[in-house]
Amino acid sequence: MTFEGVTVNPLIGVLVVPAVAAALSAVLPDYRATARLNVLATTLTLICAVALLFAKPQPRSYLLIDDLNGTFIVLTTFVGFTTSIFSASYIGHELDIGRLTPSSVRFYHAMYQVLMFAMNLALVANNIGLMWVAIELATLTTVLMVGIYRTHEALEAAWKYFILGSVGIALALFGTILVYMAARPVVGEGLDAMVWSVLVTRAGAFDPALLDVAFVFLLLGYGTKVGLAPLHAWLPDAHAEGPTPISAVLSGLLLNVALYALLRFKMLLAANAAALTPGPLMVTLGLLSLVFASFMLYRRRDIKRMFAYSSIEHMGIITFAFGIGGPIANFAGLLHMTVHSLTKSAIFFAVGHVAQVKGTQRIADMGGLTVTHPVLGWGLILGVAAIAGFPPLGIFMSEFLVVSSAFAREPLLAIILVFGILVGVAGLFLQLNSIAFGEPRGPSAKPQASYVPMFIHLALVLVAGVYMPPVLVVWFQNVAGLLG
Amino acid sequence: MSGIDFDIAHLLAGSLVLVSFLELYQDRLYSLLNIYAAHALVLAASVAWQAFIQDAPHLYITAAIALVFKAIVIPVTLHRIIVRLGIHREIENVVGVGITMLAGIGLVALSMVVMLRVTREADPLAREDLAFALAVVLLGLLMMVTRRNAVSQVVGFMSLENGLVLAATGAKGMPLVVEISVAFSILIAFIVIGIFLFRIRERFDTVDVQALDRFRGERR
Repeated sequence: MTFEGVTVNPLIGVLVVPAVAAALSAVLPDYRATARLNVLATTLTLICAVALLFAKPQPRSYLLIDDLNGTFIVLTTFVGFTTSIFSASYIGHELDIGRLTPSSVRFYHAMYQVLMFAMNLALVANNIGLMWVAIELATLTTVLMVGIYRTHEALEAAWKYFILGSVGIALALFGTILVYMAARPVVGEGLDAMVWSVLVTRAGAFDPALLDVAFVFLLLGYGTKVGLAPLHAWLPDAHAEGPTPISAVLSGLLLNVALYALLRFKMLLAANAAALTPGPLMVTLGLLSLVFASFMLYRRRDIKRMFAYSSIEHMGIITFAFGIGGPIANFAGLLHMTVHSLTKSAIFFAVGHVAQVKGTQRIADMGGLTVTHPVLGWGLILGVAAIAGFPPLGIFMSEFLVVSSAFAREPLLAIILVFGILVGVAGLFLQLNSIAFGEPRGPSAKPQASYVPMFIHLALVLVAGVYMPPVLVVWFQNVAGLLG
Repeated sequence: MSGIDFDIAHLLAGSLVLVSFLELYQDRLYSLLNIYAAHALVLAASVAWQAFIQDAPHLYITAAIALVFKAIVIPVTLHRIIVRLGIHREIENVVGVGITMLAGIGLVALSMVVMLRVTREADPLAREDLAFALAVVLLGLLMMVTRRNAVSQVVGFMSLENGLVLAATGAKGMPLVVEISVAFSILIAFIVIGIFLFRIRERFDTVDVQALDRFRGERR
């Protein structure tokens, strides 16, 4: 991009804008202004991200932009942008009722921007070591944000997330070192042997046995961050106890970023004919997460915890789709990831306001939402209908594609897949019934809410289900082809 | 590579595994922290030796971090914290010492079998180092699952991390090793500050993680 001779590199923009905004949020005297700064910064980052799609800078030894991470970056910055709007009204309410102090609000916004920075860095990193550092940074910031309320539950959730997340990133680092070991004899010592774009072109000559072991470590390590069962234990606690905007960003974005890291290494293994095929491992973990999380949806008492399990379920479906591989399944996986991010964050926007007006997250204490708060209630119903995969919403499309490509390739696995999805749908609707309908329960305070982000997301999900613009289809097909 | 270079590197990496075993059966926090300091000391020596034989001066920084930060600052800070929290009493193991040691031996054997088999083509030094490093990592994990006390879980995590640094320095010419060891030091500093600032003791009246489980949202 060039403005009157001044060249603005959008790649630098997606990194520098959040970093500067984080520093400003930390020192700005007026804490209420930090919320507006937050929105402004995410807007600028989104603009840079969209510009990035057209700029296509050459890969360098630390940063890389291709179609795959371009998709992720636009999705990340978009959801980051809408969440910042939701967050402004949510945090305003938390301040009014005194759950947050001015200093913790400043801290919260600084951390929000650091998180955006870390996720963007992880996505654009061309160096597998740098990517690891960025994902570690993202983990740390979310840990701090989960514990921000300083209650028993929040601290325990943060501690658990911290320890499990640390073990996860430790295993991922061991895997990264093994990848370097595999690359060293071929690429030579030094920086090049950790540059992803170099690695993927030379991967055919790497020692396959070493790559196999490396991938197992990477799968366990980054898989912990994706929330794949049985490594998911941190996820429901972290979602339930942190501020709701963070639950939205965790579910909608951070899980995707970890999955992105896995996909990069999957492409590396695919380039080596003698190495193991990562597909079956990912399919197994994906199905396990799906079925396990679907059953866990029943009898959850905390609304955010329930939707956290729903995120595990959908990450399972996405991992399954990428594990099956091939143009159609990859396409379905990408589409599912995109619509899941949009839908799940819309649901968390609704849930955040519901929890605020009802003053609780217990499902038993909320009821008859469509009577007391029609807009909120129907928004939540629409969101749940979308996440459950009702036609004509976007998730129906993507789940249909996943299921049909699975039937074409692995009919037996497809049966498990459909079973898991159906169990999940039933679980969600049983719970939704008591929340949205029936006798109104709990307080019915007027919400001071911004519904715009929620309905923008839901409208996009609806559009994705009804009519996919050809440009987008071609784009996704292209990326699906890259994934192999 | 001359024989003596290899032998000393081998000796130091092997000692790290042995010190990991020492950590497994310490049943007092005080002595556990002392053993951890020794663990970090052996790591520092091992990294410094690698820096010398690989002729890689930047690794001396990693060795210095291990020596100053991990072997001195962290143990001293944790000593003070546990005294202030009043928990320098015995720590209970979930599993008995005998079973834990047997499991540890099994894990070392496993890492030898896995790493030595897949790294046939790598040079012998890196091979042995990786096998030992994986053993240290797995022993750290074992320690984290067999302990219930938050402080000893952290010690388990820190020795796991020492294993990772050993692996990173053993991989000759690996870039970003210093940066990664700095990143890990920050992570550990966060954990230690977390124990103190979150005042786990004050909030929960204990640092026994099993007691924390009572506060889980599920059981409200």
